[in-house]
Formats: sequence, C-alpha cells, structure tokens
Amino acid sequence: MESTADVPLVKPSRPLSVKETTVIAFENVAYSYSGSELLADVSLRLAPGSFHFLTGPSGSGKSTFLKLAYAELRPTTGRVTLFDRDVTSLSRDDVARTRRRIGIVHQDCRFLDHMTLGANMALPFTVSDRESDPKELDELLGWVGLSHLSGALPPQLSGGERQRAALARAVIVDPDVILADEPTGNVDWEMSLKILTLLVELNRMGKTIVVATHDLNLIRQAKAQVQTRVLRIAKHRVQLAGADL
Amino acid sequence: MKPPAAKPASPSTRAIRVVPSSGPTAWLTSFTAAAMTFLCVFALALSLASGRLADRWSDALARTATIRLSAPAEQVQVQTDAILLVLSTTPGIASYQAIDDDDTRALLEPWFGPDLPIESLPIPRLFEVVEAVPGYDSEGLRNRLTAEAPGAILDDHTRWRRPLAEAAARLRFLGLLSIALIGATMAAMITLAARAALATNIEVIRVLRLVGAKDSYIARAFVRRFTLRAFGGAMVGAVAGLAGVAALPAADAAGGFLTGLGFTGAGWLWPMALPPIAALVAFVATRRAAFQKLRELT
Repeated sequence: MESTADVPLVKPSRPLSVKETTVIAFENVAYSYSGSELLADVSLRLAPGSFHFLTGPSGSGKSTFLKLAYAELRPTTGRVTLFDRDVTSLSRDDVARTRRRIGIVHQDCRFLDHMTLGANMALPFTVSDRESDPKELDELLGWVGLSHLSGALPPQLSGGERQRAALARAVIVDPDVILADEPTGNVDWEMSLKILTLLVELNRMGKTIVVATHDLNLIRQAKAQVQTRVLRIAKHRVQLAGADL
Repeated sequence: MKPPAAKPASPSTRAIRVVPSSGPTAWLTSFTAAAMTFLCVFALALSLASGRLADRWSDALARTATIRLSAPAEQVQVQTDAILLVLSTTPGIASYQAIDDDDTRALLEPWFGPDLPIESLPIPRLFEVVEAVPGYDSEGLRNRLTAEAPGAILDDHTRWRRPLAEAAARLRFLGLLSIALIGATMAAMITLAARAALATNIEVIRVLRLVGAKDSYIARAFVRRFTLRAFGGAMVGAVAGLAGVAALPAADAAGGFLTGLGFTGAGWLWPMALPPIAALVAFVATRRAAFQKLRELT
C-alpha cells in the first residue's frame, strides 16, 4: 500500500540525506507474538513531511506498528526500513542512533521520576553525551507551556502536562519523525486540541508525524488544519481509510 | 517553579545521575566491598607473615649444623681437638668454629640470666658448622665423629626445619588463594547486585533506550555507580582491617607466629592497594553483568 503519492512534502527542518527518500517503509511485514498474529502483510511508505493517523480498535496492533517503526520490535517476516536502512541490518548502536532521529511519545509518558522535568527534557542530549542549550530548553518548555515547571518532578505533573512534556522531549533533538502512541488518551478535549496543535505545528516545520489514536474527532480536527492520511488497522492488516473520517 | 542553577557536569557524572541512587543494591555493594576488603587485609597479613616466616626458616636452613660435645672434663680438650681435626679434613664444609664460653653464655642468657656460672655446669661444648656447596656427607661425618670423638653428636637441624619452611610457604600460598577467593566472591556478589539493580531499574532503561541511549551509555551509568560504591566500601574495609591488624600485639613482644601476623615497613601500604583492586573487580563484574542483562532485555 502506498500512502505518500499525493501528500505534499514540506521541506524538512533538517534535510534528510540525499539518498533518503523514505523515512519509514514496511514491505510485506508480519509480526507474531507467541504464535498469535498481530500484524500481517503490511506494506507502506511514509514520505518525509507527511502526517499520518493510525487508527483501529484497542488491541488491533497500533502500538505494535509503532514499535516496529522505531525498531523496538523486529518483524517476524517482511522488511522494515528506517531512513532507507533495513532494521535487521542495524546493530544495537545503530538502533540507538536511529532513535535519535525519531521522537517517540507514549500514552503513559515515560519519564525518569527522580529527575526534574528540565533534566528529563534534556535526556536525549544527555544520553548522546551532548550539552543541551538551556535557552533552547526554556524556549521549548515555553512552546508547550511548561516553563514554570522545569524544576518539578514528573509525578507532580498532571496528565496533560506530562503529554506536552513528552512531546517537547521528543522534539528537543530535532528529529525527522514523531511517533505518538495515543498522545491524547489521558487528557480532556481541550488539552487534546492543544497537543494536536503542537503536532500540526511540528508537521508544518517539516517533521513526519504518525499518531496512533482511536479518537475520530481528533482526526477530523486535524484534517481541517493539515493534510493527513489515515491508516486503519483491521484484521491484522493496515488499510488506507476512507475520506469520510 | 524555576530549576536551581545547574552546575556543569561531565558526561560521566550526567550518566550516573540517570540511575536512581537509592535501593538495597547500593547498601549491598558497599557492605560487600567493605566486608571482603576487611577479610582481604587479614588474608594479606597472613600471607605476608607466612612469607616472612618461610624466609626466616629458609635462611635458617642455610646449611648450618651444630656439633654437641658431652664428655668427661678430662676428655673435653682431647675430643675438641679431634672434632676440629675431623672437620678440617671433611670435604663439603665451608667453615667451622668452636663456640667459646662467652658465646655459650650469650646463647643461654635468655633462659638462665646473665650470671650463669657456666664453668661449674656440665654444659656441652658446641661447634658451629657451615656447609659448602655441594654439602658434606652427614652420615660419613657422623660416623667419623663417633670414631674420633665418642662424645660428639652431629645435629644437622636443617633436616627438621625444612618441613616447617615448606609449611610456611604453603601457608603463604593459602593466604594468596584466600585473597583470590575473596575477590571472586566479591565479584559474584557485585554481579548479583548489579543484575538486581538493572532489573529494578527496567523502566529507567526503557526510557533511556526510547531517547536513543546506547547500551554502552546505560552500562556506563550502572558501572560507574557500582565502581564508586565498591571503592568507597573497600576503603572503609581496608582502614578497618588495618586498624584491626595494628591492634594485634607486637611481634617482638612474644615472638610467636600469631603475634607476628601484621605488616612491617612498606607492607603497611599493601592494603591500600585493595580499594582500587575492589573497584576494578566491581568495574569488570558490573560491566559484564550490565551488557549481559541489556542483551536479555531486548
């Protein structure tokens, strides 16, 4: 399945390598766990700067799809390529380096609870032995409306604050792709719209966005703001959803 | 809420901060390192003392023998001359001398005091014999002495001291083996503690991987913390061990082996080599455990 043909490409904020034409590609990918098939025969390409929603009922395999897309899981059969590199050919260090080009936002917003929000935000820099720019960090916290909470510990934050913080952390190293797994799952509608606005803004900056959600209202709201494609997972397969969403 | 002004930190320091410092493994690692190093100090003291003993006894083995002459007063000089003649004509003897009354008195002084009337006592005449290389035929010498000086008895005490010197050498080996076993036990304990810490911090590891941390970075965070804990614990153990050894009675006071269980001179510095060694053991053990566990977690 090709889902990139008519997606207008926005110039990425950090140009991809000359050779890279696809950020994420699945070719006949299947994934099984303990003999149970979760995904089957998935083929698609996500072009740089595209915005995709991934929808489907709970347990349909949305999270599995995303985990395959950031090399947390390896396909049982088929081929997943990230930035034109087959994930099976990636060493463990290569996977780590590749993840620095992918911002990941989880529904449960994983943070290091013993470190301040500011330190958590800088974590992608810390783990690559780079210094984060405090000014840039402040600006990023301001962008998600959390400047006043940079010294707070993650358990002190509300669900919406955690989601926005997770999004800010995901983009701090200027990744090419943002993968968000139910980023609005634990927040009210108003906060969902704020998070969506941030994602749309990132997409306009050239980031490739994939959002797994079962919130159809959110998808409709996004379609009103930016050109998006909707991928639906049903019966272990990924299909391009109709335009009625 | 504003964050406190952050001090610039080195990459290693920043790495160590990503792992929570609390938890039972912290205490376990420090305690294990302290206890094992404490034991190591005593094993080292035992080994060094055994070494000194082995050396001393080996020196005593340095081919010396004693001839004891017990004869009636009128025969003493005749047999003394005969003994000296025999010794002068025996191949394999480097030197010999008759021990005079003053030296005999000095030898007996520790037991009988300085005012021993040695002239009026039936104390045997002594001869010191130093063996050459190759040595003499002790049986042949004994037979000749029996023939020429019936009151002479050859005591080649090296023969009974050799097993003692060998025992001391084995004791030294056992001391070194104990140190090796203590080191291995410490490595095993720290490995277990490191694996427990990694298992406890599985969520931390997931977060770090999510943001692009390499295995080497994650391992470094744990390795550094465990190495520092082991070093700190070992320092405490070494100091406590040294204090314990220093509290033992002085060797000179009684002269026995147990009271000689201590360090002499630069030997007191040896225990200070243990904390860096403990840190090295912790470094290797934790690094191995960390990479193994990280591979399992994938």
